[in-house]
Amino acid sequence: MELSVDHLLGIKYIKEADIQLIFETADHFKEVINRPIKKVPSLRDITIANLFFENSTRTRLSFELAEKRLSADVVNFSAASSSVKKGETLIDTVNNILSMKVDMVVMRHPNPGAGVFLSKHVGAKIINAGDGAHEHPTQALLDSYSIRERLGDVAGKKVVIVGDILHSRVALSNIFALKKLGAEVKVCGPKTLMPKHIESLGVVYEPSLIKALNWCDVANMLRVQNERMDISYFPSTREYTQQYGVNKKILSSLDKEIVLMHPGPINRGVEITSDVADSKQAIILDQVQNGVAVRMAVIYLLASKINRGNVAQ
Amino acid sequence: MSQKVLLNATEVQIALHRLACQLIENHDTFKDTVLVGIQPRGVFLAERLKTLLQDEYKIKGIQLGYLDITFYRDDFRRSDKPLEANKTQLNFVVENKKVVFIDDVLYTGRSIRSALTAIQDFGRPQDIELLTLIDRRFSRHLPIQPDYRGRQVDAIGDEKVKVYWQENDGEDAVYLVSGE
Repeated sequence: MELSVDHLLGIKYIKEADIQLIFETADHFKEVINRPIKKVPSLRDITIANLFFENSTRTRLSFELAEKRLSADVVNFSAASSSVKKGETLIDTVNNILSMKVDMVVMRHPNPGAGVFLSKHVGAKIINAGDGAHEHPTQALLDSYSIRERLGDVAGKKVVIVGDILHSRVALSNIFALKKLGAEVKVCGPKTLMPKHIESLGVVYEPSLIKALNWCDVANMLRVQNERMDISYFPSTREYTQQYGVNKKILSSLDKEIVLMHPGPINRGVEITSDVADSKQAIILDQVQNGVAVRMAVIYLLASKINRGNVAQ
Repeated sequence: MSQKVLLNATEVQIALHRLACQLIENHDTFKDTVLVGIQPRGVFLAERLKTLLQDEYKIKGIQLGYLDITFYRDDFRRSDKPLEANKTQLNFVVENKKVVFIDDVLYTGRSIRSALTAIQDFGRPQDIELLTLIDRRFSRHLPIQPDYRGRQVDAIGDEKVKVYWQENDGEDAVYLVSGE
């Protein structure tokens, strides 16, 4: 088995079989990262550039750890300290880096489609680590992987994504991944933060949080992305919390125990209260650990498709 | 395609008993010894030997694990087939233990080279031995030899040695296959 794609640009572009292959491979890497020595030599001859044109802490750290645990050589680049500020184009920036013999690029970029664009113009394998409000495929993969780990399977499970769907690449990638894996998906949040025609993706909009929580097996709480909001989408943070924040009282009013997820960073007390975020129901830290294993799997599977003709050079 | 029987069910059984006895000679009670089956095909042999040592030779508390070497192989991106991983399961500490690698066929020695690297990620064993059912003589690429062997075989380049196990393939037998 190998991946049907040469780049991971979005969940939209991959098949269910690809996702299952990534999960099976991630199972093996999860075992690796729990060993006394958490490192395998597979990618000794691969160099990976992490290009972050937008701020990131955990995704970048997670990718870097994944790369290092596969023994790849890693170079980091952030836009804040680069020639992008001097007016260099994306293709020029990347081609300059690639001419130093880099095999794979992990890129986060504020513009949707930056990864797709790049994959058409440069020779390296591209992994999209978030492009604007478009996709964040590895986050969706690790979210589904965490659901699979906790509940045994994703197919047939009911998942609600709560919060700012409009600005969220995590939401879009999650919807694609969950639907491909056979889950039922609802979205919940203020109407102003719902994209128009969201139903065309095969999901149902549920305006009431309590109804959504009563329906679901898993609730994925998204962060309110103040930095992406050019206008006011809801009257106040306090009102948002009252209507769409999850707390202990709401959870104990349900007749079942649901699984809570959050892609981080958490605004404690806004979308989720501290006691809930730190409870056993929340698998937020499992998501972080699984993130490394899933990213190792993606990098390993893409690296195995790098032309072997390059090996001898 | 032609196929020649190297070992039939009875001969496999005899070889297994002999290998078990040789292990007992060197490891006595197996107190500080751990058996490690190399994935994927070494696992069947390892399971058989463990059962034999327990049931026939009444040795208690034998520790057996599985080691997958996929991520340590030296042919990543060099073979046309993608490498598929198997489960590694070592529920014991290998630090200061006597490790016995168990694999069905020793051919080029490259798998064992990978296994030697892989096992180090779990600690520093006191020593490592190698047990193999079939030793393909004259085809080694690396200076690796078995400590225990079931049968030595001379096989030329395009010939293949296939080991079948009752529990997986429906019979216990070893074949030399040529012209496949």
